[in-house]
Amino acid sequence: MNEREAQVLTVLNWLSLAMMAVAIYLVFLAAPTEVTMGLSQRIFYFHVGSGWVGAAALFVAVVAGLGVLRTGRRSWDRLAQSSIAVGLVFITMIIVTGSIWAKAAWNTWWTWSPRLTSAAVMWLVYVAYFMLRSAVEDPGKRARFAAVYGMVGFVTVLGTFLSIRLLADIHPTVFGAGAADTGGGLASGMHPPFFFSLATFSVLGVTLMWHSVRLARLADEIEELRIRLVLRGR
Amino acid sequence: MRSERERETLAGSGSGRAAGGFSRSAGAIIWKDLVAELRSKELVSAMLVFAVIVVVVFNFAVELRLELARQTAIGFLWITILFAGMLGLNRSLAREKDRGCLDGLLLAPMSRGMIFVGKMVGNLVFIVAVEIVVVPLFVFLFAVPFLQPGFLLVILLGTVGFAGVGTLLSAMAVHTRARDVMLPIILLPVTIPLVLAAVRASRMVVDGWAALEFWPWAGIMIAYDVIMITISYLTFDFIVEE
Repeated sequence: MNEREAQVLTVLNWLSLAMMAVAIYLVFLAAPTEVTMGLSQRIFYFHVGSGWVGAAALFVAVVAGLGVLRTGRRSWDRLAQSSIAVGLVFITMIIVTGSIWAKAAWNTWWTWSPRLTSAAVMWLVYVAYFMLRSAVEDPGKRARFAAVYGMVGFVTVLGTFLSIRLLADIHPTVFGAGAADTGGGLASGMHPPFFFSLATFSVLGVTLMWHSVRLARLADEIEELRIRLVLRGR
Repeated sequence: MRSERERETLAGSGSGRAAGGFSRSAGAIIWKDLVAELRSKELVSAMLVFAVIVVVVFNFAVELRLELARQTAIGFLWITILFAGMLGLNRSLAREKDRGCLDGLLLAPMSRGMIFVGKMVGNLVFIVAVEIVVVPLFVFLFAVPFLQPGFLLVILLGTVGFAGVGTLLSAMAVHTRARDVMLPIILLPVTIPLVLAAVRASRMVVDGWAALEFWPWAGIMIAYDVIMITISYLTFDFIVEE
C-alpha cells in the first residue's frame, strides 16, 4: 500500500512539473498580449489558478471538518489540516501575485478595496487556524476545534469570492458581470492557456495535499512507534 | 415543583423540543448570568472602565479633533466595542470553567445548543449595556450624530453577530493553552468582515441617509449574523464536550 502510494506520488510529482512547464510556455509565449494592460496581464493565469486551488482546498477542509465531527476519526483531521496548509499556501500566492499585478496596473502594491481587504482577512483567519491548533494539546479536542474553526473561517472565503460580484471594487471581475457591470470575459485566444493553467494548478494542489496527508500519517505512525518503544523500554 | 422539573427535563432532552422548552432552558441560563452579574458587577464594570480607557488612549494616540472625528469616530467606536466586548467574552466562559460551573451546565438536562443560546444572549446583554454608555459618550465627546434609528440598527446587528461568534470562539479559547491570548487571535480576524460592513453602513447613516448604499451593507451584516449563529448553534456541542 505504502509502496504503491509512493509510486503514484512520484508520477504526480513529474506530471505537475511537466504541466507547469507547458503552462509557463502557453502563458508567456502562446497567449495573446492583452490590449490595455499589456504583459502584466499574463500573471492573471497564475493568480486565478492559485485562487481556484486555494478556495477548493479550504472547502475540502470544511468537508473534512464535517467528517471529524461525525466520526471523530484522526484521518479526517489529517485531511483537514493538510488541506488548510495547502489552501494557505495558495491564498498567499493570490496575495503575492495580485500585489505584483497591482503595482503594474494601479501603481501601488496594496489598496484597501473590499476584495483586497477580504483576501487579507481570509489569510489572517487561516494563520489563526494554525495558532489555534498549536494551542490545544488533546488531539481529539484539537481536531474538533479545528474542524469548527475551519467552517467559521470559510465564511471569509465566500465573502472574498462574492465581494467583487456584490460591491463596487477596483479589482476586475473577469467572469460574471460584477457589481460595477464592468465584467470583461476572456478573449478566445486566452482560453487554452487559462484552462490549462487551471488544470495544472489543480494537479499541483492535489499532489501537494496528498503529500501533506501522507506526511501527517507518517508522523502519526512514528509517534505511535516511539510510544511503543518507550513502553517496551520500561 | 417536582412535576415542573420533570416537565423541563422532558422538554429539554427530547430532540423535537417545544418552543416552551426552548425559551425556558435558555432563559434559565440568561437569568443565572444576569443575577450573577447584578450581584458581582464584575464583568460589566470591568468592560465599561476598559472602554473608557480605550477612548481616552485613542484620543491621545490620534489626537482626534472635532472636525476629524466625524470620519474616524465610527471605526474608533467599533474598536472600543470589540475590545471591551472581548474582555467580557473571555471572562464570561473562563469564569464558568474556573469555578467548575461549566460541568454543571453540561450536566443540565438541556441541549448544548440551548446553552449556547443562553450564554450568547447573556453576553449580548453585557455588551449592549456597555454600548448604552459608550455610544452617548461618543456623541458627547465628538459631536457625531449617532443617536438615530439606522445607526442603532447597525450597532445591534453588529453586536448580535459579534456576541454569537464570540461566544463560540470563547468556549474554544478557554480550553486552550494561553487562553487569554488565544481569543483575540481567533476572534478578531473572523469579525473583521462584520466590522467592515458595520463601519460602511454607519457611514451611510452619518453622512446623510443613503438607503441605496446602506442596505447592501446591512444585508451583509444580516447574512453574517444568520450564518455565524447557525454554525455556532450547531457546533457548540463539539466544543464543550470533554
